[in-house]
Amino acid sequence: MTKLDSKIPEGTIDRKWENYKSHSNLVNPSNRRKLDVIIVGTGLAGGAAAATLGEAGYNVKAFYFQDSPRRAHSIAAQGGINASKNYQNDNDSDYRLFYDTVKGGDYRAREENVYRLAELSGNIIDQCVAQGVPFAREYGGTLANRSFGGAQVSRTFYASGATGQQLLLGAYSSMNRQIKAGKVKSYNRHEMIDVVVVDGKARGIITRDLVTGKIERFGAHAVVIATGGYANVYYLSTNAMACNATAAWKTYKKGAYFANPCFCQIHPTCIPVSGELQSKLTLMSESLRNDGRIWVPKNIEDVKAIREGKLKPTQISEENRDYYLERRYPAFGNLVPRDVASRAAKERCDAGYGVNKTGFAVYLDFQDAINRLGDKTIRERYGNLFDMYENITGDNPYYTPMMIYPASHYSMGGIWVDYETMTTIPGLYAIGEANFSDHGANRLGASSLMQCLCDGYFVLPATISNYLANDIHTGPINTNTPEFEKAEIDANNLIKKLFDIKGTKSVDYFHKKLGLLMWDKVGLSRNEKGLNEAIAEIKTIRENFWKDVKVTGKADQMNNELEKAIRVADFLELAELIAIDALNRNESCGAHFREESQTEENEAKRNDNDYKYVSAWQYTGEGNQPTLHKEELTFNAIELKQRNYK
Amino acid sequence: MDFTLKIWRQENATAKGSQQEYKVKDISSDTSFLEMLDALNQQLVEKGEDVISFDNDCREGVCGTCSLYINGEAHGPKKLVTTCQLYMRSFTDGQTIYIEPFRANAFPVIKDLVVDRSALDRIQQAGGYTSFNTGSAPEANAMPIAKEDAAAAFDAAECIGCGACVATCKNASAMLYVSAKVSQFAYLPQGKVEAAERVLNMVAQMDTEGFGNCTNTGACEVECPKGISIKNIARMNREFMCASLTSE
Amino acid sequence: MSKGIFSGSIGRKFVMSLSGLFLITFIVIHLLINAFSLGLCWDGRALFNAGSHFMATNPFIQIMQYVLALGFIIHIIMGIRLTIQNNAARSVKYTHNNPGANSSFSSRSMIITGILILLFLVLHIKDFFIEIKFNELGGLPSDYDLLLAVFSQPLFVGLYVFAFIVLGIHLNHGFQSAFQTLGLNHKKYNPIIKGASVLFCIVVAVGFSSIALFHFFNV
Repeated sequence: MTKLDSKIPEGTIDRKWENYKSHSNLVNPSNRRKLDVIIVGTGLAGGAAAATLGEAGYNVKAFYFQDSPRRAHSIAAQGGINASKNYQNDNDSDYRLFYDTVKGGDYRAREENVYRLAELSGNIIDQCVAQGVPFAREYGGTLANRSFGGAQVSRTFYASGATGQQLLLGAYSSMNRQIKAGKVKSYNRHEMIDVVVVDGKARGIITRDLVTGKIERFGAHAVVIATGGYANVYYLSTNAMACNATAAWKTYKKGAYFANPCFCQIHPTCIPVSGELQSKLTLMSESLRNDGRIWVPKNIEDVKAIREGKLKPTQISEENRDYYLERRYPAFGNLVPRDVASRAAKERCDAGYGVNKTGFAVYLDFQDAINRLGDKTIRERYGNLFDMYENITGDNPYYTPMMIYPASHYSMGGIWVDYETMTTIPGLYAIGEANFSDHGANRLGASSLMQCLCDGYFVLPATISNYLANDIHTGPINTNTPEFEKAEIDANNLIKKLFDIKGTKSVDYFHKKLGLLMWDKVGLSRNEKGLNEAIAEIKTIRENFWKDVKVTGKADQMNNELEKAIRVADFLELAELIAIDALNRNESCGAHFREESQTEENEAKRNDNDYKYVSAWQYTGEGNQPTLHKEELTFNAIELKQRNYK
Repeated sequence: MDFTLKIWRQENATAKGSQQEYKVKDISSDTSFLEMLDALNQQLVEKGEDVISFDNDCREGVCGTCSLYINGEAHGPKKLVTTCQLYMRSFTDGQTIYIEPFRANAFPVIKDLVVDRSALDRIQQAGGYTSFNTGSAPEANAMPIAKEDAAAAFDAAECIGCGACVATCKNASAMLYVSAKVSQFAYLPQGKVEAAERVLNMVAQMDTEGFGNCTNTGACEVECPKGISIKNIARMNREFMCASLTSE
Repeated sequence: MSKGIFSGSIGRKFVMSLSGLFLITFIVIHLLINAFSLGLCWDGRALFNAGSHFMATNPFIQIMQYVLALGFIIHIIMGIRLTIQNNAARSVKYTHNNPGANSSFSSRSMIITGILILLFLVLHIKDFFIEIKFNELGGLPSDYDLLLAVFSQPLFVGLYVFAFIVLGIHLNHGFQSAFQTLGLNHKKYNPIIKGASVLFCIVVAVGFSSIALFHFFNV
């Protein structure tokens, strides 16, 4: 068993990054043009990395399955991006941002990585402003901030409700500049099907051209995975339709360890499922909880009347409403962290108090805020969200409470990386949501954009040279090697195998079935029995998939069914690892709630004695139990505390 | 609700396409337009047929991937929404719905309803950026920007690059799209440095791609799912004129 | 000046708008002189003949005639060229289109109204310009009499009124469009430009038509 070396540099926590940069290997600018880097994914992490590595002088090849780099799902982030600028003079600091992030992640993140993230957060804002990102401003022309996700300081920068879009367009514009300069070559509608490892090093990828169906080989001195998270394993999630785990999963099967897969964030404020054809869930920004109050009726009769359409929520008097978050968590109220809010909603709905036809929805009510602040202020703050809600549901939140329900949203887990964001395969990097490193067991609001851009603009460009410095004499990577050939044959065989099944059920049938199972047994609340059942059932679904899936169309043309089949095949394997990891981690921490590990008041109970580690799973072949490697987490700069939001 | 769909099918870029008729039944009014198409595709899979290809991704109206010309309008009859945010309650039971790809010579059809919009990317590559290398940016608050300028820049920057303006314009002009980016930078001090070069290069690329000329019908701003205003076009015209007259 | 200000798509639009605005000034003057013939505050015959004479003999106007002709030619040629280009930008048309949902009829039909106006112009030049310049009014005593002679024929009056309505539609879009193209666009003044555009097209269409009808019914 190899020991996991996270390569933490020497020095006190606030000196480590500086120390690292001062001692890492560099590549001379004239040598950089001899080095190729493949980046898969062009969201905030991938796009930022492509731009920055291009500026540095490397030859970047950027691959993405969308038609344009600007479509990556980072674009959908609404709320904002954190940075410890302390512009609001409220005693914010790198340490405080670091502290909040580690605590928010329930002490399951690597503290050195998180500190670096906090340290670099300010630079991200500088960079984005220079790119022309139109952040919200004060009347004096300085940048505006808001507080977010229960933070006690105002450190969130935002551009209306479209911060992710604006940041992504910023990274996209920098990437475009490098495309024009010839330093970044961009491959749209190309999906990575496999990573190629030669002599123990990542040396290229195999892609499928989604227009022609052609399987192609691309070589490079280093490969960067920036393909986002795997929330779509739940079928219904806030992720985009095509978000998938295939790239990450294929690196796992080639030897990269997969860390903390069970840490899946369920976001509390999403628009509930309306019917069977539902294909995705829409997130309503967490900022709504700043002014909205969450409740369900106190009396079950009222719930019934509401579901039958005999009673309107506005007709229920104050004393007959249960503001359950305010009741259970008087100190934080409606602003408790995401996992707490999500579980509380599920608890009420499971108890029969869900307020829509499906029984899975709670109210988010703005009446008090409207009365207090007026229509106009509320419109200014949330106008676009209210409009979006009304468009989707047909209800007007100015007059009737919104209905919300938790939905799968983000995956804290991901490919295991060291301090340099390198995976256990030398030359293979993972950045952004695709890696596991910074959010621990639960991500705070407005932190994902920060992490993606931090990795893409600052961390990867600084660390990759340390590796590439040894490759300046390697010369161009030859793709006519047995390793590339085998990977290409494997990819073709996979596609042929999928077509040859000629079963009776569509890909979506299996994906939906998997999603329901995951939501039910590997979702908000998990227990040993359920997880064991889930592992068995996932296997069954997977076996049935390989026996009975029906993929129509052809391989050599655009074929959405085939694309989905390739992705779902991997979800069916990843799902099992999520369940295995959840079963292994018999503690409740962050987004991961094990019913066996709770306080008498049914709150999450962490177990630092037994589980203060990162679970890094190693693939050991098809059908074999993966091997668990533990990266013990040490906290020198922060004291471990049980979270308490009462 | 039941619908009769007349959908453009085209096997690939070079094949001849045609309008095909399909029927879908028992669709709830709360179903989104794309979910209705998903349901149709499931029917096709059951019959062993090739599914209808259509671009889509985020399904929350921001990625700009979805397109479709529905009953003669880009993104369908509802204003200020993308196709993925169009719900079947905007249609009447039993209605016949025509679904075509976004059409423009600069947007060649790839398959069925999917078109190639990379011309829009190439326009951005021609100048839709500021030239700051990572790490070289000045302190964010060193450049004060008036609140209303930041807001105006944001309004222009909200463009999702879906191409509805092109699809709608009777001339297949991309002026609204290009002007949104030019205008965003025109409002911001960091955009001023390269303003002249930017507008000249982006407009030149737009012309090279084969988009038509703007005749100010204003159809683009009506159909734009983000409500980008044609005042941006006026602004770009101004920027272009100044740049042309002063650049060497 | 780089890359030819008038060669790109925006440059060509400048040409359209500048030439259009120039032609608008001509229409204003033309309408004014036509209005003389109504005799509202003076003897219509004398006033109209004087105005007409001035226009035919003043040296500046004589020079401007050629500029005007050039303006027409540029506007027409550029308009046709743009339309051909624009049509070519979408070679496969929509089978089902609903442009009424997003744009005005006048904005979409500039080439049609433009061509109709061009045809009318040919007729108009033959009826008046050639008669006055080269045919010595066909024997009539004054320009005013020529006016009366033309506007006494129902077919001609019908054609003219139709042409004026078409001109109004053309101007309704053209007027405001010219400002938009030149970048003269401001939140504060846009409503004024829009309002002026509508008012102007009504004045032109109703003004010219009513003069023709006035003479038709007064003969």
